[in-house]
Amino acid sequence: MNTVSAEELVKTYDKGSVRALDGLSLDVAEGTVLGVLGPNGAGKTTTVRILATLLKPDSGSAHVAGIDVIKHPDKVREVIGLSGQYAAVDETLTGWDNLVMFGRLYHLGKQSSIDRANELLERFSLTESARRPIKTYSGGMRRRLDLAASLIVQPKVLFLDEPTTGLDPRGRMEMWGVIEELVTGGVTVLLTTQYLEEADQLADEIAVIDHGTVIARGTSDLLKKQVGGERLEITAENQDLAKVQEIIAHVSGSATHLEGRTVSAPVTSGSNALIQALRALDEASLHPLDIALKRPSLDDVFLSLTGHVAEETVVEPVKKRRGERK
Amino acid sequence: MKYLLSDSVVITKRQVLQLARIPELLIFSTIQPVMFVLLFRFVFGGSISTGQPGGYVQLLMPGIFVQTVAFTLVATASGLAQDMQKGLIDRFRSLPISRAAVVIGRTFGDALLNILVLAVMAAAGFAVGWRPSSGFMRISLGFIFLFAFGYALSWIGIYVGLVVRDARVVQNVGFLVTFPMTFLSNAFAPTTGMPRALQYVAEWNPVSSMVAACRQLFGLENEFGATASSWPSRHPLETSLLYMLLLMAIFIPLSVRKYANTSN
Repeated sequence: MNTVSAEELVKTYDKGSVRALDGLSLDVAEGTVLGVLGPNGAGKTTTVRILATLLKPDSGSAHVAGIDVIKHPDKVREVIGLSGQYAAVDETLTGWDNLVMFGRLYHLGKQSSIDRANELLERFSLTESARRPIKTYSGGMRRRLDLAASLIVQPKVLFLDEPTTGLDPRGRMEMWGVIEELVTGGVTVLLTTQYLEEADQLADEIAVIDHGTVIARGTSDLLKKQVGGERLEITAENQDLAKVQEIIAHVSGSATHLEGRTVSAPVTSGSNALIQALRALDEASLHPLDIALKRPSLDDVFLSLTGHVAEETVVEPVKKRRGERK
Repeated sequence: MKYLLSDSVVITKRQVLQLARIPELLIFSTIQPVMFVLLFRFVFGGSISTGQPGGYVQLLMPGIFVQTVAFTLVATASGLAQDMQKGLIDRFRSLPISRAAVVIGRTFGDALLNILVLAVMAAAGFAVGWRPSSGFMRISLGFIFLFAFGYALSWIGIYVGLVVRDARVVQNVGFLVTFPMTFLSNAFAPTTGMPRALQYVAEWNPVSSMVAACRQLFGLENEFGATASSWPSRHPLETSLLYMLLLMAIFIPLSVRKYANTSN
């Protein structure tokens, strides 16, 4: 059963001159994580904003937990949590203040709001800084609090819009840990990211979007396979290269590629090929410097699907953000 | 709908908490009006003769009260624009709360701040010789008028904040509007000294009606500058009330609708 489904969403800005979404369709099965992967301006945030009832599409339809997003936005808001680059908390207030406030806005009673706030602060290791204003928090702490705010009432669907954009590597790792833990709890998650490794790490399935439509969909393994299988790569001393090339060509059954001192060739059954190659090299008394079985990275996937590299722009220009939000 | 009021109160409470967390905010929002009271009282007070017992400060105080509540619309607008910029409004809009609650809550918060500012200013005015002479009931009514005028104007602030979206731009636009609006009136000098065309503008300016109404309520005979030719200058109380109702009738629905559709 699909907890989130979007069909043929179209959204244009500036009187139709900018087509942010161009017939985008996607769905997320209950209890799974869909990673929506794409570069800046691909339509990730617009998609999330439509599904989270912040924005109305020009055409198309969307359902969250079986509720029509366009017809019953109020009902949808009761079952979703939204966190990410645009949803925020009040920076002048403390973490505790914020969570209690959001509890009250979810119509929990006063005491329940306080209890829930304490519980979430504890769970996200923020108890110690609970009484400090958010603006004194590190980027990672801020995002954790932001995430906590979206979990006040157990949401059925959680939208995480670029949850780690702008975080340092440590903050990102922490955030991944927190998200992985959440997912184990069974919540359905739609996560957008421009980090390929993030989608790889967190998502059950990945939808690659570019120019407002989904251009590929599947597990990260499947996507990688789509691009081509594994490659055997062997680095050897110069005088051995000719012999190594010969062996690799034999093992893979196709042409080899030489770059510097590294010989590579596509292989179909990776580990078998690796063993065969090692055995042959050993018999020929060749000792390679390095030997590896390379699977294509999601970067390769992206490149082969879109014809351009995913830009890892951390700071988006302000103008663009405003444009996206209109 | 059931939660409209309680949701609004939660939003108001947030603003009160903000003031508690950053007391500087409170200090600066009261220092400026007090500074104005002192500056006008001692810079102009000596050289403007009013023919009024008690001198210029009696005429000045109503003017400066009105100016101050008018200026708070800038704070309303920039506060809201800042929340929009930071993404806080998006968070609120993703919650199952009444769409009007967020803007209503902010107008309540700014109204509370206005009460405090008016109180501090009244004390400052009293310290420099302001003595309203109309009795408790009418003086109270004067303050109720000021409070209500501030509330009505805060809805303009809400609308401006939602439309402009950028806190710094809002600050500039806000003062660009409120400065001429408050000075092109009878607040600090008689309108009779202005060029003829400006006199009409000044007399129909809601600020002038409000100032004249307050002067009446605080017990002044001479309303300082009304040429008494226009309807507003002859009926300042009624005109002020009409203006307040008109402002709210226009800007409340406009703002609530703008908020609900703010992303489209």
